[in-house]
Amino acid sequence: MRKQLRLSGSGGQGVITAAIILAEAAVSEGKNAVQSQSYGPEARGGASKSEVIIDDEKIYHPHVKTPDFVLAMTQKAADKYFHDLNPNGTLILDDDLVPNSPDFKNIIRVPITKLAVERLGKALFANIVALGVIVKVTRLVDFETIKKSVANRVPPHTIEQNMTALQIGYDSV
Amino acid sequence: MSARLMQGNEAIAEGALKAGVRFFGGYPITPSTEIAESLAKMLPKVGGTFVQMEDEIASMGVILGASLAGKKVLTASSGPGISLKQELIGYAAAAEIPAVIVNVQRVGPSTGQPTAPSQGDVMQARWGTHGDHSIIVLSPWSVKEAFEIAVKAVNYAERFRTPVILLTDEIVGHLRENVELPTDIEVYPRRIPKKTRAEGYQPFTPDEDLVPNVANFGEGYKIHVTGLIHDETGFPSGSPKVTREQIKRMHDKISSADDEIIEVHQEFMDDADFAVISFGGTARTAYEAVLNARKRGIKVGFVRLITIFPFADKIIGKISKNLRGILVAELNFGQIVYEVERAANCPVKLCAKYDMTIFEPEEIEKSIDELVAEVK
Repeated sequence: MRKQLRLSGSGGQGVITAAIILAEAAVSEGKNAVQSQSYGPEARGGASKSEVIIDDEKIYHPHVKTPDFVLAMTQKAADKYFHDLNPNGTLILDDDLVPNSPDFKNIIRVPITKLAVERLGKALFANIVALGVIVKVTRLVDFETIKKSVANRVPPHTIEQNMTALQIGYDSV
Repeated sequence: MSARLMQGNEAIAEGALKAGVRFFGGYPITPSTEIAESLAKMLPKVGGTFVQMEDEIASMGVILGASLAGKKVLTASSGPGISLKQELIGYAAAAEIPAVIVNVQRVGPSTGQPTAPSQGDVMQARWGTHGDHSIIVLSPWSVKEAFEIAVKAVNYAERFRTPVILLTDEIVGHLRENVELPTDIEVYPRRIPKKTRAEGYQPFTPDEDLVPNVANFGEGYKIHVTGLIHDETGFPSGSPKVTREQIKRMHDKISSADDEIIEVHQEFMDDADFAVISFGGTARTAYEAVLNARKRGIKVGFVRLITIFPFADKIIGKISKNLRGILVAELNFGQIVYEVERAANCPVKLCAKYDMTIFEPEEIEKSIDELVAEVK
């Protein structure tokens, strides 16, 4: 069955990296996955969005139409990207960075960036904390699979911290 | 090998490497930079050379030099950079230097929208340099095909000693999807002289396939390279006869192989009354639009140009005889539609988009419905 995700925030928060890792995990479980992205010309700041489609069937049109899950790491992203959510879908918000909840039924609030800063000392790990949350909420891939995909993607000396980040996210919901 | 997630730009780099590219000269530009990035990592490991030049003009110059010295070469850029490369693309055509130029299209003109997809450089790919020249332009629709077409582009550049434009777009260049890359790859080797100097070798004497076996620099032959019209010796000639023959041969060497070069992907054409013609990343959306329209009972086929130039005149002419209308979907103000109109024997309608966003299948479907209504 087709599952569509949209990860959104601002440039530098790592939503594109998180989406790539998620797509890699799906592929390593034998599924088809397509990951695309859109961002502004800035290297940091500016809106950033990445989409992942996971399906057993072949995927042609690469963009998400009705996302089943949306992660928003800024208020702006939350306000902009919840509109076309599947009514039965889930909106995941960074609790501190998105003070105002959009008008949507199923919202999960997690202090993603705060957890990264408090437990690992760096906001840098927020995207991996978010991945932990996403995997727990969506159950799209096994937790063991996402661990492997994260380990493959991040610099070797940061694997341990990233595993912790993943676990923190996973346990937070 | 099992499937892995790969980006279109990375696949182009992989394909180029597998086809024997050992020299990259370039200057970074979104959305093409990952090609340079990947080759910067890969080339030194296989004894190749990666050079980041001071600009795009120099990037084009350096790959032509490296090609003349015997390396298979590639450069990658996007619209603004390709504009700068145009002078030397013409030089490569005139001096018959094998080179692959990748254009990962973004919105133009000028710096346009640097990170947004477009297919606005179609005619630039064909005509983007001055003078009568021939060129080959290829466009992939998937990550896997980006790999395959990179191989093909290098092979054609070598076989025909011509610049080849790999015309992709931000959609495919930045797309990541699962791929299993082919391991069996046919590679066209660098052409070498069949005669010694003592036997009367002339570098620009055409072989049977009309392509000259120009010796690489530094391999014992005397080679003169010029953008001026030259005779078989490689030195300039002021003769009308030589000029006519050289320009004609440079066209004929490619057109005589048209049937081999021109590739068109067709589906659902057996019963089709209509067809959607598209290429590159847009074809992925067109495919879904065609599937959806067929579910609603519209007999519409899918036609995708893999080879953009030389243009598929004969194929379009032939299939259009059985069609009541053709829709051309392209992410620009309308470019390839004029080629289709020229070749087709049925009404042709344009479905254009140029607002930074890619087509949604519904938009193309709506145009299909309009076409059906218009020709009734």
